[in-house]
Amino acid sequence: MYSQTEILKEPEINSSNSAEGELVINIGPQHPATHGVLHLVVTLNGETVKKVEPHLGYIHRSIEKMCESLSYRQFIYVTSRMDYLSAHVNNHACAMTVEKAMQIEVPTRAQYIRVIMDELTRIASHELWWGALAMDLGAFTPFFYAFRERETINDIMEQTCGARLTMNYMVPGGVMADIHPSFQQKVKDFIKLFKSNIDEYDELVTGSVIFQSRMKGVGCLSKEDAISYGCTGPVARGSGVHCDIRKIYPYEIYKQVEFNEIIETAGDSFSRYLVRIKEMKESIKIIEQLIDNIPEGDYQAKTKAVLKLPKGEFYTRVETARGELGVYIVSEGGTTPYRIKFRSPGFSNLSALDHMVRGSKIGDLMATMGTLDLVIPDIDR
Amino acid sequence: MFLKEYLSDIYHATKSLLTGMKRTGYYFVHPKEIITEQYPDNRETLKMADRFRGEVIMPHDANNEHACTGCTACELACPNATIKIITKFDVTPEGKKKKALDTFVYHLELCTMCNLCVEACPTDAIKMGQNFEHSVYDRSMLLKKLNKPGSKIREGVE
Repeated sequence: MYSQTEILKEPEINSSNSAEGELVINIGPQHPATHGVLHLVVTLNGETVKKVEPHLGYIHRSIEKMCESLSYRQFIYVTSRMDYLSAHVNNHACAMTVEKAMQIEVPTRAQYIRVIMDELTRIASHELWWGALAMDLGAFTPFFYAFRERETINDIMEQTCGARLTMNYMVPGGVMADIHPSFQQKVKDFIKLFKSNIDEYDELVTGSVIFQSRMKGVGCLSKEDAISYGCTGPVARGSGVHCDIRKIYPYEIYKQVEFNEIIETAGDSFSRYLVRIKEMKESIKIIEQLIDNIPEGDYQAKTKAVLKLPKGEFYTRVETARGELGVYIVSEGGTTPYRIKFRSPGFSNLSALDHMVRGSKIGDLMATMGTLDLVIPDIDR
Repeated sequence: MFLKEYLSDIYHATKSLLTGMKRTGYYFVHPKEIITEQYPDNRETLKMADRFRGEVIMPHDANNEHACTGCTACELACPNATIKIITKFDVTPEGKKKKALDTFVYHLELCTMCNLCVEACPTDAIKMGQNFEHSVYDRSMLLKKLNKPGSKIREGVE
């Protein structure tokens, strides 16, 4: 373990800024527990965490700047590389912004396909999070249980969209291709498999006494703090904040489907865990309502070959697996955007980490970070 | 009262651990339910999905003819400058000059398999291939010419 941590040698940190007996260590950027190139500068007193300072920028690819030189059809594929676990939802947000600006009417069939794909992505993302969280706590096998179901979703994606992770399936005006003839049957098979296997998750992890004592009462975030730090998604809903974009600002056909917004009020790591587990079941409910009722029709609206947005500013938000993703486009009327800004959910959720773990032990730091469900390329962009 | 709670805690803790172990034990004695595929060993039977995007290919028919007119729509659609179309001028039997494809240069090392070029193609001359085993020893081997030597455009494709 010693080789992975390195004592900072800068004199001003060790002498003036930190008190007697405090130790500043770097966790990351190359550390298996941070799930990517996240660099945490942690001030410790013994095993107690005094301060956590995330350092970003190790995977900054300047996606926002890159998008300024790409056309409105081309820039969507780059956004798959931000939050790669909910690539569909990122593409969806971008496509929706362009449609909103150009006032393109999306066919109902495309809307159904989009929502089903979004929810499948949400389940796949939460599956991976569940496995990775258990791995953070030292349980290795749940990762493989989670990947068993996730693999089924990936196969469905591969068959219909052509790729497993970076699909680039949503285009302005609809979806890129019609669903595969066996898509509906495969999704139904997946729902059956998932329903019989989700109980195993509870048996293996949720009910386990070791897991509960690592989660309950750890990493508490009050409702007020969640709002003031700008947390969204399951992190905020675990603290009792009503913030599901699918409910507050329904887009596409979310208004027509029945589902519950999962809210837990305890605010600790375990309630964030429960929110995600229950959300998977809600997503299954949404897919079940839609999968048999996909209407006939076009899967893509007729659009011009070269898209030109009118002059102005456009903003859309969607609910990804991690929280609220906002896409803000400033257009000068040309074929490329003047400025693009992405409001990523991971960045705001990470900012609350310091507040959540102060005073807890260093082992709980990793457990709490696991419940935030961080995807580093989403934070850095 | 304290003793009762203490014992009940121990009972529930042991029960929760045993429930988890039971699930693990089930898969230990049911190896047929394991779904892992051993990749290099199953290469003969491994079949990728029809729409899987592995690389851009240009299908040629039996007469070594393709459908590319050299219109550069794919080149314009590509976000990464993966495709470079080099055109030439053919002389038609009537004596007129006609623009035609000379070389379809495809940089596989730059390609992100976004499918935008295939979407943009007006004559369906290119499509996505299923081959995904692209590793080579030298980067220059990833630069490909998609039209076969001596190939020409199919009759009737405009």
